[in-house]
Amino acid sequence: MPRITMREAISQALWEEMERDPKVFIMGEEVGVWGGSYAVTRGFYDHFGAERVKDTPISEATIIGAAIGAALTGLRPIAELMTINFAFSAFEHIVNQAAKLHYMFAGQMILPMVIRTVGGGGRQLAATHSQTPDAIFAHFPGLKVVAPGTPEDAKGLLKSAIRVNDPVLFIESATLYQLKGEVSEGENLIPIGKSKIQRPGKDVTIVTYSKMLETSLKAADQLAQEGIEAEIVDLRTLRPLDMAPVLESFKKTNRAVIVEEGWRSFGVGAEVASRIYEEAFDYVDAPIQRVAQKEVPLPYNQTLEQLALPQVEDVINAVKEVL
Amino acid sequence: MEKDDYLELYRQMILIRLVEDQASVLYQQGKIGGFLHLYIGQEAVSTGLISARQEQDRVITAYRDHGVAINCGIPAKVVLAELLGKVTGCSEGRGGSMHMADVSRNFWGGHAIVGAHLPIAAGMALGDRYQGSDSVTICMFGDGATNIGYFHEALNLSKVWNLSVLWVCENNLYGMGTSVDRASAVSEIRQKAEGFKIPNSRVDGMDVLKVREAAQNIIETVRSNKTPYFLEIETYRFRGHSMGDPERYRTSEEVKCWQNEEDPIGIYHKYLLDNKISSDGELNELEKTAEQEVQEAVQFAESSPEPLPEDLYKNLYVEME
Repeated sequence: MPRITMREAISQALWEEMERDPKVFIMGEEVGVWGGSYAVTRGFYDHFGAERVKDTPISEATIIGAAIGAALTGLRPIAELMTINFAFSAFEHIVNQAAKLHYMFAGQMILPMVIRTVGGGGRQLAATHSQTPDAIFAHFPGLKVVAPGTPEDAKGLLKSAIRVNDPVLFIESATLYQLKGEVSEGENLIPIGKSKIQRPGKDVTIVTYSKMLETSLKAADQLAQEGIEAEIVDLRTLRPLDMAPVLESFKKTNRAVIVEEGWRSFGVGAEVASRIYEEAFDYVDAPIQRVAQKEVPLPYNQTLEQLALPQVEDVINAVKEVL
Repeated sequence: MEKDDYLELYRQMILIRLVEDQASVLYQQGKIGGFLHLYIGQEAVSTGLISARQEQDRVITAYRDHGVAINCGIPAKVVLAELLGKVTGCSEGRGGSMHMADVSRNFWGGHAIVGAHLPIAAGMALGDRYQGSDSVTICMFGDGATNIGYFHEALNLSKVWNLSVLWVCENNLYGMGTSVDRASAVSEIRQKAEGFKIPNSRVDGMDVLKVREAAQNIIETVRSNKTPYFLEIETYRFRGHSMGDPERYRTSEEVKCWQNEEDPIGIYHKYLLDNKISSDGELNELEKTAEQEVQEAVQFAESSPEPLPEDLYKNLYVEME
């Protein structure tokens, strides 16, 4: 299998789906002439043309609102929000329109649309441009929220997201675009809503997703040198959340650490831990640990920024806490 | 216009008025929950406007949507069933007063967040353009919606991409209880379209024929020119913003004055008689038929079944993984 970057994997998924289905088109800020602010859609404008790679004004609410409208006419828009921090300007249309219309109008309105966006910190962009608010969006029934951590998953999940008939928020990580991994040749559609064991182990279950998969894999490698075998469950989709592999792993290891890049309070870790307690209480051998971002707006200063973000050492320490 | 066309406009306006009167009663009886925004006084706006559209033209509006629903062809009984939260309602009891739609009639709702449906309207027009359709999207909203950001984003996009949207502002002089001059920098709302180079005009919304004539011309202009247009329709709601509105922001004299002198149904009734298009007897017959229809509609709605508890999760997703 070829090894490609996350950026290439996402770009391939978009390209292949646009070649396959003329109803698929891209709209967003700087997606066209510029080639995407993260260079994901470089070359698309020249190949597919201005009608299918649409540069928009800086109007996030209307980017999502117009994608909803276009989806209602039977198209399959991929609306890009340059970063998830700008999704707050489109919050209404993501959570109060896209997530509601199908249900509220008794199934009459169908929204086959993808919102592609980029989250995460670690690039010294300071507090307004570095957030990981995934859990907020995963809170809303009616939306599907996907956040892959490998190039293989990114490609396969994005292709699925484009093909399903529900609105999907597809969250990429700004610091994973250069991550390389093996990606299947040919079509490999990965279903939305399926968690995956990314590393087998027997001593402790690490539940994570997106950027923190990379962090957790590094921690697991170091732990292995000390004879501790961590099993890593990658959620991949936050809503609908697939707990089956998590519970199966936990019933084997009886210990869990949940690693997320966002803040701890009301976060993904809180949800996953709660569900483990609810559904596998008899298997709990130690209090579940959560590794998350320190509860401050992320600072610009590199030392402070890294201090606030979850690190490999934090994961290792949390694992040792539960053992 | 043929005689039947004239009478059809009258029938629709009467039907809306009667449905809204019934809704008011049902609300006071506690049979309708939530918010209820009545269209009484504004009937000529959507009746004239929607009578001018072609079948392929999409209609989308705000939360004061019962009249628009009826003009788009949703039967009164289905509107009332939705108000009562019944499974026979147009949104199967999931949407209520503010969220009515019938996609098969090209009526796309019924949207309750002020201004939020304007970007959606732009997107529908984008979708039609992309697919080579010459449909026009008719997007209705109140004067209050022109003060929210979505309005400005959506109008801008519609002009930048030359989308076939007819923006229709129903200016009924108050956004809830705040008069236009207390909330908007310009009192002629159509002036806001100037900033986006969108052609615009104003029409008297208490005269159904004036609305219809203006809309017919404008819709065909939008269709052939492939460019947006902004139509401000001046109107007045005779009832409160919603049920339970204490109406401290306007005097009862003001309301009575409009009701006595500007009632769109009264104006049109007089027009039909003065121009010998119809007779008192004929219009009375129409009214009686509409009354009968609404009585039967209420019975239908009241006797319709509730949604089933096991259907709570129905339509949450198209595809459950």
